[in-house]
Amino acid sequence: MALGMPKALKLDDPDVTLPRDVRESFVASSELVGMNNTADARIESTASPQRLAVDVRDVSLTFETADGKVDALSNVSLQIADGEFVSFIGPSGCGKTTMLRVIADLQQPTSGTLLVNGMSAEQARLERRYGYVFQAPALFPWRTIEKNLKLPLEIMGFSDSEQKLRAARYLALVNLTGFERKFPWQLSGGMQQRVSIARALSFDPALLLMDEPFGALDEIVRDHLNEQLLQLWDKTGKTVLFVTHSIPEAVFLSTKIVVMSPRPGRIIDIIDCNFPRDRTLEIRETPEFLKIAQRVRVGLRAGHSYDE
Amino acid sequence: MTNSALALSASGGGTLRQHPLFVRYAPIATIVLALIVIWYIAAVLMNLSLVRDGFEREETPYTVSELIEGTMSAERPLLPAPHQVISAFVDSVFGYAPTAPRSLVYHSAVTLSATLLGFLLGALLGIGLALMIVHSRVLEKSLLPWIICSQMVPILALAPIFVVVLGAIGLQGLLPKSIISAYLCFFPITIGMVKGFTAPDPMQLDLMRTWSATPRQVLSKLRWPSAVPFLFASLKVAITISLIGAIVAELPTGAEAGIGARLLAGSYYGQTIQIWAALLAAAVLASGLIGLVDLTERGVARQMGTRS
Repeated sequence: MALGMPKALKLDDPDVTLPRDVRESFVASSELVGMNNTADARIESTASPQRLAVDVRDVSLTFETADGKVDALSNVSLQIADGEFVSFIGPSGCGKTTMLRVIADLQQPTSGTLLVNGMSAEQARLERRYGYVFQAPALFPWRTIEKNLKLPLEIMGFSDSEQKLRAARYLALVNLTGFERKFPWQLSGGMQQRVSIARALSFDPALLLMDEPFGALDEIVRDHLNEQLLQLWDKTGKTVLFVTHSIPEAVFLSTKIVVMSPRPGRIIDIIDCNFPRDRTLEIRETPEFLKIAQRVRVGLRAGHSYDE
Repeated sequence: MTNSALALSASGGGTLRQHPLFVRYAPIATIVLALIVIWYIAAVLMNLSLVRDGFEREETPYTVSELIEGTMSAERPLLPAPHQVISAFVDSVFGYAPTAPRSLVYHSAVTLSATLLGFLLGALLGIGLALMIVHSRVLEKSLLPWIICSQMVPILALAPIFVVVLGAIGLQGLLPKSIISAYLCFFPITIGMVKGFTAPDPMQLDLMRTWSATPRQVLSKLRWPSAVPFLFASLKVAITISLIGAIVAELPTGAEAGIGARLLAGSYYGQTIQIWAALLAAAVLASGLIGLVDLTERGVARQMGTRS
């Protein structure tokens, strides 16, 4: 609404043909705002046909270290719409993890503005609007798998029956039904990471932040989990922000690829990537796929030569 | 083929050497045996002049075998032989009613009650201090030096002061002893628990933050369970120290009962055998207490799914 777009569009205007899903998301967002304030809702929806899940404007973050200042992020701007799958790719130290941590309010930017789900990052965290998956599963070793899944639910005060229901549902979603009573060390690394994804989903946040979740896994497990993650995204319609080192992984999963470069951490390219939602691993052999991968690679290389 | 050959040799020669009981206890038994032999030799050497003087004073002729026999059956030897200590121990444990003032069971029970109360107080104090130190940097800076200082003052110098001061405000008997015992045993618990409460992985702490858990929830669901292994390690140290504290507290207080009182009386009257029997009782008590902590630890570890 702050973008000053004309309030020309009306939802019930027969002349306006909006795509069906946009129309639906419009309705959803007006309900969220409360129907008594339809004018505002209308402006918002005309400003961007889809609501923004994450809106980053001119964000910079400087660390003070013993060796002096390090620019982890430098004037980064990025808009991510609801339901997108966005990958962040770049060499180590390019600030992609910092970017995710800033969005999660685990770190505070030195300057710039940041909105998550239309609210400040801190408020989004306090209202538990996102789930975070780290490089390592970070399961609590003294809790069974089921109890690990219930942990965020316990903290958020869900009822016992609801906890049980959700633990079962999300374990099933990551194909781990039957492992409820096992302890984390009894599961393989890939299974543990699936549990941590289920845990992040268990309280049904609209936004999923994933920081190299499959980085420590071997190629075969990773491929398998990539396919599962894609199905999960398709089924749940969540917005996913995904940090990775791997070009094929980024191209295969994403609707949008953000290429970043280090020192100072900044965005050098944003690539749209619209393969059908029910894609399989085979698309990795197609010319379209290779073309996008090539563009990512060129972007990464450009970032590096700039640096040296 | 090699397998069957192995099986043959196992069932054939050396059945005793492969018996699990033998494998487990043979090394311990060897050490104990060696110690007993050394002890007997030392007893003979140390008591030799004493016994010889005795014979010479009475001007009776003696043989070498009589001399050696004398060193092992003296009434007040410098170093009593093992069998003397054990018979005195058995006699004073089983020879009297458990409530008789000559019974070691009675004295052990008196010391045990002070030990357990002191241990409880010390554990509460130790954990409480650790919590304060972990949650506040100011407290860490202000408390920790004092905690360390408290352990540098010899307890033998402090104990009489404690007893006098506490006696002046009307505290007598069990409590002063327990307080001295607690004063000694809180320290390893504080140090261990500070380490334990700060043991969680940064990732686990970040996760709690993404769920906007309250400090209390972080404590109960993450810091406390992470600290459990550290807790038991320090409890094992603390419970022996608290036994020593209780015994030491009995020395300057002129206690009439307790292992410490028994030691003191023994040294007044030169009853070395009685001293050693009391020491043996203290050792038995200490291993019993450690065994108890160990057993509890195993139970808790099983509950927490620790990999065995």
